[in-house]
Amino acid sequence: MLPELIKRRLIKLVGAENFKDSNVSKLAYSYDATPQFQAMPDAIISPRNKKEVSQILKLCNQEKIPVVPRGSGTNLSAGTTPLKGGIVLLFNHFNKILEIDEENLTVTTQPGVNTLELMKAVEAKGLFYPPDPSSMKISQIGGNINENSGGLRGLKYGVTRDYVLGLEVVLPNGDIIRTGGKLAKDVAGYDLTRLFVGSEGTLGIITEATLKLVPMPETKKTILALYQDMDAAARTVSKIIANKIIPTTLEFLDQPTLKVVEDFSQIGLPTNVKAVLLIEQDGERASVENDIEKISFICKENHAVEVKVAQSEKEADELRTARRSALSALARLKPTTILEDATVPRSEIAKMVKVINEIAKEYDLEICTFGHAGDGNLHPTCLTDVRNKEEIERVEKAFEKIFEKAVALGGTITGEHGVGAMKAPYLYLKLGEEGISAMSAIKKAFDPNNIMNPGKIFAKSKRKRVVVNQTP
Amino acid sequence: MNIEQRSKIQKEFQEKMDYDELLNCMRCGFCLPSCPTYLETSDEVHSPRGRIALMKAVVDGDIEPDEDVKKSLDMCLGCRACEPVCPSGVNYGHLLEQARDIIYQNEKLSISTRFIRRTTLKGLFPYQNRMITMTSLLGFYQKSGLRSLTRKSGIMNLLPEHLAYMEKVLPDVPSKSEMKNRPRHFEPVGQKKKRVAFFSGCLMDTLFLKTNGATTKLLQYAGCEIVIPENQACCGALQGHSGEKNQAKEMAKRNIQAFEDANVDYIITNAGGCGSFLVDYHFLLKDDPAWTDRAKQLSEKIKDITRILVELDFHKKPLHIIGQIITYQDSCHLRNGQKTYTEPRLLLESINGSHFVEMKDADRCCGSAGIYNIIQSDMSMKILDYKMKHTTATGATTVVTTNPGCLLQMKLGIEKEGLSKKMKAVHIVDLLLEAYETALTKEELTDINEQSKISV
Ligand SMILES: Cc1cc2nc3c(=O)[nH]c(=O)nc-3n(C[C@H](O)[C@H](O)[C@H](O)COP(=O)(O)OP(=O)(O)OC[C@H]3O[C@@H](n4cnc5c(N)ncnc54)[C@H](O)[C@@H]3O)c2cc1C
Ligand code: SF4
Ligand code: SF4
Repeated sequence: MLPELIKRRLIKLVGAENFKDSNVSKLAYSYDATPQFQAMPDAIISPRNKKEVSQILKLCNQEKIPVVPRGSGTNLSAGTTPLKGGIVLLFNHFNKILEIDEENLTVTTQPGVNTLELMKAVEAKGLFYPPDPSSMKISQIGGNINENSGGLRGLKYGVTRDYVLGLEVVLPNGDIIRTGGKLAKDVAGYDLTRLFVGSEGTLGIITEATLKLVPMPETKKTILALYQDMDAAARTVSKIIANKIIPTTLEFLDQPTLKVVEDFSQIGLPTNVKAVLLIEQDGERASVENDIEKISFICKENHAVEVKVAQSEKEADELRTARRSALSALARLKPTTILEDATVPRSEIAKMVKVINEIAKEYDLEICTFGHAGDGNLHPTCLTDVRNKEEIERVEKAFEKIFEKAVALGGTITGEHGVGAMKAPYLYLKLGEEGISAMSAIKKAFDPNNIMNPGKIFAKSKRKRVVVNQTP
Repeated sequence: MNIEQRSKIQKEFQEKMDYDELLNCMRCGFCLPSCPTYLETSDEVHSPRGRIALMKAVVDGDIEPDEDVKKSLDMCLGCRACEPVCPSGVNYGHLLEQARDIIYQNEKLSISTRFIRRTTLKGLFPYQNRMITMTSLLGFYQKSGLRSLTRKSGIMNLLPEHLAYMEKVLPDVPSKSEMKNRPRHFEPVGQKKKRVAFFSGCLMDTLFLKTNGATTKLLQYAGCEIVIPENQACCGALQGHSGEKNQAKEMAKRNIQAFEDANVDYIITNAGGCGSFLVDYHFLLKDDPAWTDRAKQLSEKIKDITRILVELDFHKKPLHIIGQIITYQDSCHLRNGQKTYTEPRLLLESINGSHFVEMKDADRCCGSAGIYNIIQSDMSMKILDYKMKHTTATGATTVVTTNPGCLLQMKLGIEKEGLSKKMKAVHIVDLLLEAYETALTKEELTDINEQSKISV
């Protein structure tokens, strides 16, 4: 609970309508899209401008009150679960696109703007903002930046990081700084912009961002390649890249995932094959035709049983939308869905898929796999039931093994969902103790009192992460 | 709510709520952008994900079912826009119904609310003869000069703004004898294609009797023999959605019996709200094994008027109205409950001489939602304002709806915006009937009508 005096000061700052601490409000902000994590905040605050953000942080820093910034709460690493209580900071008043600069090809926006709305706004001007996490209909730009989100177009266009040019950040001590800007070139000192991207709300509050735009690609083509053999599908991925073609999108879905996705989307996806690749290319008409032809050829050469080209944008869009619903559709099968984010160099995709299946068998678990095959980012997803304690233990062990294997193959423990609280116990696998101390030194420099999103990224102990269920 | 009540509610939540369904929600948030109350408030408390979390927290004992929990559930329109977009397939509507039922059953209502509830939900809607009497009273008020007297007196200005408008938009009431002696059997025009029963509804068969008349006419034109079982009851949706579940169950049983006896191919509805409640009878009666199967059989026969018209190729008949710009407001329950949204559009697009324009977010609730617009008037009016913005943007002269509640709400919106000279709201069947009869020559029309003994 917040001391009465602090509560009054906060209310005075933001106005009573922007301060909430009823039981229902606290409960509704106690979770995000991550299964098994829940903890109550002490209050929920919606500041109206950066000055208020600065004053709130100053106060919280003095009083050592945790601050958990929250976009739309769609993250999958328990990044917005208020593990140590404190205040949840919302950005519903930061919902304006400030400028679309057609000369410099940039957009300047507040963090609370919805990702899809931003995309649509720039597309209306013939420009293109490529990062497209599957949650884009719901997520906010501020959340994307802090998770460094990627999406279906990540293979060719990169992830959010590659589009953030400049930021306005409020630091835990209340200082407001600006990093980067509209410049294409800028080497004045450390690259703080990149430091804040993917910082998961642990270093400061982003109150404004300038993002890079690119011209809208002239055309786009989508194909679906069907396989009776998972290995063949995985091999195709490596082969396409080895042939020096970089598709916009190269997604992988295994059979169980296909089945549920079709069950939800009802667009006539084939459910009698073992795996499919969803592949897209965009760019100039002629080169797209050319690439698609080559890709189709490579697919067939690698034993695709069929290669289908989407006949219309509607059909292509249905395929994309279906792919984006994969995670939530899987949730239909069992009460609890635990999705992971293991990533390997793309040449190792086939090996990794195989390993995941073996581990699933070894621990007698149902693990479906889909993901951004083109960038080596797989989402092994375990279908289970939290009420089955014994099984959850096995899930725990299986995932630990999967991570170890991913890192051994030159990969990482998370490709896009961030470390948060969920992956914190595994960070050492990727960084080693030295890496972690280098990171904590940075954290201490910015946030000596550890008020910014405490409990995230840095774990108290290694391993054991499941069942943190901290309900009040 | 006192402590006793709260712990009783909590206990019933634990006993009655479908926990598997609650766990089914994986909190992905896909439902957030389609929830009107979330869009208006940007508050997770007023989102589907939030409401499900609250229900689960009450079961888990993490929070008490206090006034705020109730407020969150009350604020929900029950529009079920969150269902079709939920990839996990969470049956939100059922969860909401269960939770509301428990809360209302345990609620100490104020005397006036209890009075309104009892008189309307228990004492009025279930009895068609009382509905007729009540409606005729309204008719008396409208015709006797009382209306103009009341309006002049300024008494209306004392009512909340939207209720004053409501008085203006209520349709003119049919005469008592029309309501009492409505025909119950109709022959098809031309060759008989189907035998159907018509679910005539309580409000629809009194206040909107004319629209029901248009419905039977269309069915006749489409080649249906129609029966209107006399012992059918109101569908029970209002009761079911306001926590009077037992009353709703009684009515469901009466309807199942009545329509079984009618022995028909389909049961036709022309009100989205009633239709989807009928389709869900098996859920309502799930604890009553003797009835669940019979309810299932009934729901398989339910068909919205627009669906059967399309099935019988009515959209290929000559349909003609000159110079209107038509737009369509989905009835939430028709769309999200009965998954019917292409058929009304196909029918409207088939009308020659006019122009169909889709409005932005046509599938977003208009804010009517049963008696929501009376009980939650602030939120309802905000949602209506949004709706009117997009309705106006189409340049429409005619807004088409498929549910009496939506129809009144859209009329209210038009009145509120001062657009009544430029825009009207109609039920789809009234428009289709006009379109069909306009397309025929006078001779053809009299001919057809004589043939089938349709009273013109
Ligand atoms: C169904 C589904 C599909 C998904 N698909 C993808 C995908 O394809 N690719 C992908 O990368 N991710 C994906 N995600 C994960 C998630 O959607 C992304 O991480 C997204 O960027 C989170 O955005 P949000 O607005 O919900 O942020 P939140 O979840 O609310 O917050 C994310 C992080 O950002 C911080 N934060 C938010 N705003 C600010 C701010 N203004 N200042 C400082 N810190 C802030 C929070 O503290 C938190 O650490 C998916 C999630 C779901 C549920
Ligand atoms: S879309 Fe479905 S699963 Fe996702 S949060 Fe909403 S109700 Fe839950
Ligand atoms: S029924 Fe409608 S108002 Fe209620 S939670 Fe679902 S979308 Fe929101």
